[in-house]
Amino acid sequence: MDLVELQEIGEKELAARKPIRIRVCTAAGCLSSGAHDVQKRLEEAVEHANLGATVQVCAVGCMKLCCEGPLVQLDPEGSLYERVSPDQAPSIVTGLNGGAVTARRGDPGRPFFARQKPIVLEYSGEIEPERIESYIAAGGYRSLYEVVREMNPAEVIDAVTKSGLRGRGGAGYPTGLKWGMVAKNQGHHKYVVCNADEGDLGAFMDRSVLESDPHRVLEGMAIAAYAVGAELGYIYVRGEYPLAIRRLETGIRQARRLGLLGTQIFESPFNFRVDLRIGAGAFVCGEETALIASIEGRRGTPRPRPPYPAGSGLWGNPTLINNVETFANIPVIIRNGPDWFAAIGTEKSKGTKVFALAGKIRNTGLVEVPMGTTLREIVETIGGGAPDGGKIKAVQTGGPSGGCIPAEALDTPVDYDSLVHLGSIMGSGGMIVMDQTTNMVDVAKFFMEFCMDESCGKCIPCRAGTVQLYRLLARISERKATADDLARLESLCEMVKLTSLCGLGQSAPNPVLSTLRYFPNEYQALLRDDARAPSPAT
Amino acid sequence: MAEIQQKSPGAEKGEAHPSGDNRFKMLDASMKRQRFQPDALIEVLHTAQELFGYLQDDILLYVAHGLKLPPSRVYGVATFYHFFTFTPKCAHTCVVCMGTACYVKGAETLLATVRECAARENQDSGGNGKFISVETARCLGACGLAPVVVFDGEVRGTVEPATAEGWMKGWLKHGPG
Repeated sequence: MDLVELQEIGEKELAARKPIRIRVCTAAGCLSSGAHDVQKRLEEAVEHANLGATVQVCAVGCMKLCCEGPLVQLDPEGSLYERVSPDQAPSIVTGLNGGAVTARRGDPGRPFFARQKPIVLEYSGEIEPERIESYIAAGGYRSLYEVVREMNPAEVIDAVTKSGLRGRGGAGYPTGLKWGMVAKNQGHHKYVVCNADEGDLGAFMDRSVLESDPHRVLEGMAIAAYAVGAELGYIYVRGEYPLAIRRLETGIRQARRLGLLGTQIFESPFNFRVDLRIGAGAFVCGEETALIASIEGRRGTPRPRPPYPAGSGLWGNPTLINNVETFANIPVIIRNGPDWFAAIGTEKSKGTKVFALAGKIRNTGLVEVPMGTTLREIVETIGGGAPDGGKIKAVQTGGPSGGCIPAEALDTPVDYDSLVHLGSIMGSGGMIVMDQTTNMVDVAKFFMEFCMDESCGKCIPCRAGTVQLYRLLARISERKATADDLARLESLCEMVKLTSLCGLGQSAPNPVLSTLRYFPNEYQALLRDDARAPSPAT
Repeated sequence: MAEIQQKSPGAEKGEAHPSGDNRFKMLDASMKRQRFQPDALIEVLHTAQELFGYLQDDILLYVAHGLKLPPSRVYGVATFYHFFTFTPKCAHTCVVCMGTACYVKGAETLLATVRECAARENQDSGGNGKFISVETARCLGACGLAPVVVFDGEVRGTVEPATAEGWMKGWLKHGPG
């Protein structure tokens, strides 16, 4: 494979494209609302109307507005149809010849779409995820070519460092720095690992990226492998995402067939192979050392760091671990240059971030905005605010490791540092909106129950602490607690936070601490009637 | 149990399992594809559960033997991960998602309804309470459609308690299986 062949594949794909394309969202969300039948009926209708020469039906990835699925959009005209039922689908085809369309028309210019800035999701909902040709036609694998043939590894790392990209998995570690460390470390082998164990409750960005544009992640991984000197990569995917797994398998097979993965990529000495590893339902495996243990076929328990995986990871070798979204940003950084990327976002957080917006909000789905966009813009303008005249009470970010941000703080610009300042974290990007009907103590208890179940049991603060915290929260919500219990809750939170081994335990108290900070009245109101005031003993 | 384990060294030579059960042949093939590497344990357990529905002790021993791992290690790994089960599945399963978005949208009430309904159906079906099993999941990643329930592998979004009841009643009409 060389550049000319790559371009030929793209040109052939574009030439074969029919003048009118009907795109149907076939990501997991729309599929569960019946997108598959819609696609079938559309195809039948095209055949029935003898329009096969001018119209084609494409199964594309996520079109972002999950709550209105199944979504169908026409190219090049741009009409969007929402909540299309299989019975309404044929009318979209007859509508091309002037017939009446019974499907509900949506507004593609509404703020939900117009206010977004798609970079990671640029091809999501545009290309066909199960066909590599579709990705190549959109310009895919061009960045890999440029990297392998025209740049040396140090230049690639330089570009990533200059872009200011930070890890999208939650902690926000500078990606270029991590790559540099892995490149510098000596080892028999080196590995690149893609962390797609998206266990955070309420997060589905990585699933959507993998289902909608799997080749983008593969390309990003290959570029990373070239930069750090790795020849083998693993993608660790949640077992709960069967569709993402299937599309990745297809993607890897297609890329290997075209010589874009495997040996002597683009006729260079660079070899890179990717294997899939399927998770088996353990939240703690999102932690990098636990993830390594799981890839090695062991129980997913974390170990103390250092040594960091960059020095001693898989089988003791230097290992680069990045999140799905981090890898998905790489091809575009190479294509448009690091300066272009660094111009987006804020001083310390560059680029965009994909959020999964859900909960008590009108528009649920995927949102990609530049870093520094205010929460209010995301929740009220893009998300459309609370449904049925409700009032937004809090926004929960970062899943069980994050916190609840009160409505008063909605004007905060979203970046890594400001969210930490508010007592939450960016996390992988789950954003759950809560309205006045949500009880914050129950929310804290809900997350603590999750952490208690998911604690791997290796270190005592987390194993025993989460159980005690859960019991205290249960006592409070049963109105059996005293002010002493509340004080104990707070001090135990601090202890678990400071002494746990890994991120799971260290961040498990966050939901409690943030709700205690912003909604103390709800805790106070649940205390035993005779115990509202703190006892003199405390 | 132990007997099966003793007779399994045919795995590498591709001999049939003495029980005549073809699924063992498929399990062997899966181990062979991974070149009997011990780090493929989780992948092999995935395949085993897919083939047999759940992981019996003898299957775990068989895998331990094939990958040349101590049984304690295989058991330890299998019990660590939530995905693996050690009891036979019911004819139908109903998985209620308990992720945050679903929780905020009333998954708890939904779960209570589903449990109640399943208990009733289990009694009515006369199948010793083995007709419908109710499970919970930690976020299926379909938060945009909360609350989500998976009925026998089919994911359904924005499920009302009444819809869930309808599904489960439908199963009873068609009988077990």
